[in-house]
Amino acid sequence: MRFLFKTDYEDDIKLFPHSGYVFSYGLLLALLLIAPHVLSSYLMSQLVFVCIYAIVGVGLLILTGFTGQASLGHAAFLAIGAYTAAYLQQFNVPFPVYFLAAGVLTGVVGALVGFPALRLQGIYLVIATISFAFIVEEILARWESVTHGNEGMRVKTLYFLGTAVPRDGPTFYYLCLAVLVLTIVGSLNLLRSPTGRAFVAIRDSETAARSMGINVSLYKVKSFAISAAITGLAGVLFAHKLSFISPEMFTLQLSIEFIIVILIGGTFSLHGAVLGAIFLVMIDPFLTYLKDDMPGVIAGAAATLGAGAERAARIQDAVAAFASANGLKGAIYGIIIVLFVLFEPLGLYGRWLKIKLFFQLFPLYKRATFKRQKIYVKSERNR
Amino acid sequence: MLDFVQQLVSGIALGCVYGLIALGFVLVYKATEVVNFAQGDLMMLGGFFAFTFIGMLGLNYWLGFAGAVAAMALFGMLAERVVVRPILGYPQFSIIMATIGLGYFLRSVAGIIWGTDDFKIETPFSQGVLRIGSLVLAYDKLSVIAATIILCALLYLFFNRTTLGTAMRASSENMLAAYYMGIPVKRVVSIVWAISAAVATCAGVLLAPITFIHSNVGLVLGLKAFPAAVLGGFGSIPGAVVGGVLIGVIESMAGFYLPQGWKDVAPYIVLLAVLLLKPEGLFGLHVRKKV
Repeated sequence: MRFLFKTDYEDDIKLFPHSGYVFSYGLLLALLLIAPHVLSSYLMSQLVFVCIYAIVGVGLLILTGFTGQASLGHAAFLAIGAYTAAYLQQFNVPFPVYFLAAGVLTGVVGALVGFPALRLQGIYLVIATISFAFIVEEILARWESVTHGNEGMRVKTLYFLGTAVPRDGPTFYYLCLAVLVLTIVGSLNLLRSPTGRAFVAIRDSETAARSMGINVSLYKVKSFAISAAITGLAGVLFAHKLSFISPEMFTLQLSIEFIIVILIGGTFSLHGAVLGAIFLVMIDPFLTYLKDDMPGVIAGAAATLGAGAERAARIQDAVAAFASANGLKGAIYGIIIVLFVLFEPLGLYGRWLKIKLFFQLFPLYKRATFKRQKIYVKSERNR
Repeated sequence: MLDFVQQLVSGIALGCVYGLIALGFVLVYKATEVVNFAQGDLMMLGGFFAFTFIGMLGLNYWLGFAGAVAAMALFGMLAERVVVRPILGYPQFSIIMATIGLGYFLRSVAGIIWGTDDFKIETPFSQGVLRIGSLVLAYDKLSVIAATIILCALLYLFFNRTTLGTAMRASSENMLAAYYMGIPVKRVVSIVWAISAAVATCAGVLLAPITFIHSNVGLVLGLKAFPAAVLGGFGSIPGAVVGGVLIGVIESMAGFYLPQGWKDVAPYIVLLAVLLLKPEGLFGLHVRKKV
């Protein structure tokens, strides 16, 4: 076990506390860089979605995880980013310009949402963000001169520095990866700056933060703006990846998916956004596998266990019927969410920390280290 | 003028529907400070139970209604025991997520069991209209209005006049203190979930002739009932119904007088405006936090 000896604040906020971090993250980056040469094109496509979801996850984490303001309206920010890109692209605006413009516009909208949100808390904030998302969805469907309404908009191939970047090529993947890495590094730097500290203070106790001299309103609006801007940037990539956008893609369902990303990954660290994104995006291939291969595998297992050929065939049909039932995905989503909230509230990253600690402390690890204290409800209405 | 009155009445009827679902939200919130995002899905499930009893098993309407309410009350207790009790007292966000997960699950399972078609229950109110002058009122809508008023009054009395109601309010104010006062908090929470599931079932069955039952009806209506509860101030039973009626009337007026598209967003715009001016809703209590 390694003991880090910290002598001042600078040591405490280092991006890489020791050389092990440099090595492991460097290795990860190297693996991600050679991924396009190894993985199939389907998996590469999923990996691009992982990057996009992870960018949104980072944005949402800044707001929900670190400032403590729940939002179920992030699909709207994604939509604003995507539509800005699609609209500006019609006038042959170069990619870097509309990429940044999307970020800025979404950030401004985020700040505008942040102002009304100042007075709202908990459940009221959640419903206000849902309302905002509904209104944006409706505007996108009705403002036909700009958004083409429900017909949707076609997004042309991305041109960056004069060369085409096709949406399923490795270059597009590298672009998404670069944006993700820059977002994460930027957010890490933000979170170790006074601004980030203020966010965390507001999350832990608004009253205490205010009495420490933090301008709570200002920082809440900042948090909303930053979170929205990051989501808007992801929206541009999302639009290019799908090459077609329409209002019904940006529904409450998508906002809930983003919340699931950070919930499953873990809300207390930026690692959570990436782990959650991997989990959420990889459910689809997993379900496809379940649908295509599982019946055969189970029937084969039944046959080797001594069931007759006829019975094995019946089992295969039953499993196939179950696996292709409409809405199985929703049920699996639901079970996953409930199980994570009940048994793994710290998310996948929390599980990773537990496993790491287990090996570091072997054989002294105690399960009680991460056990939650019993909490009793006290009314939150009176605050 | 007649148009206006007709729109007003149909808006009120629609609003009572929202109010009825919102009552379930408010009940659970009032007693446990938990926001149950699966309330609409409980309503959907109640509707399907009633459909199974009445439409498939051929029971009498009232018998099937009672059976569905009883079954759903048990189901509500079960859902509370499995999903909510282990995390009661943790940050609201986790409980919201858990109930969203429960909602997903119920919706999909209902879709798998009953399919994705629309179902209809034959009720005594399905046919017939009441004519007052040239005003036409359908019985199914009137039944919803009447049921909402009765349920609202009953629940209001229950919370304010009975010992159990007082115990529920006490356990939401401070759970530990309620334990110390000898209130069996766990049982109280169980009971309130049973009641709220029962109210949801009433909503589901009464709605069946108007909106039909399908696996997504809970999501659609729940998302409208939610602003209703917030508008009314979330902790207030009459507030839920008033909020629901307001949302219903706004929706129906916007659908009639404003261009297409406003109907769906008008309730949310009003909701945002109200939250801006009065963040605790119309009937909510506003108390400053003491440090």
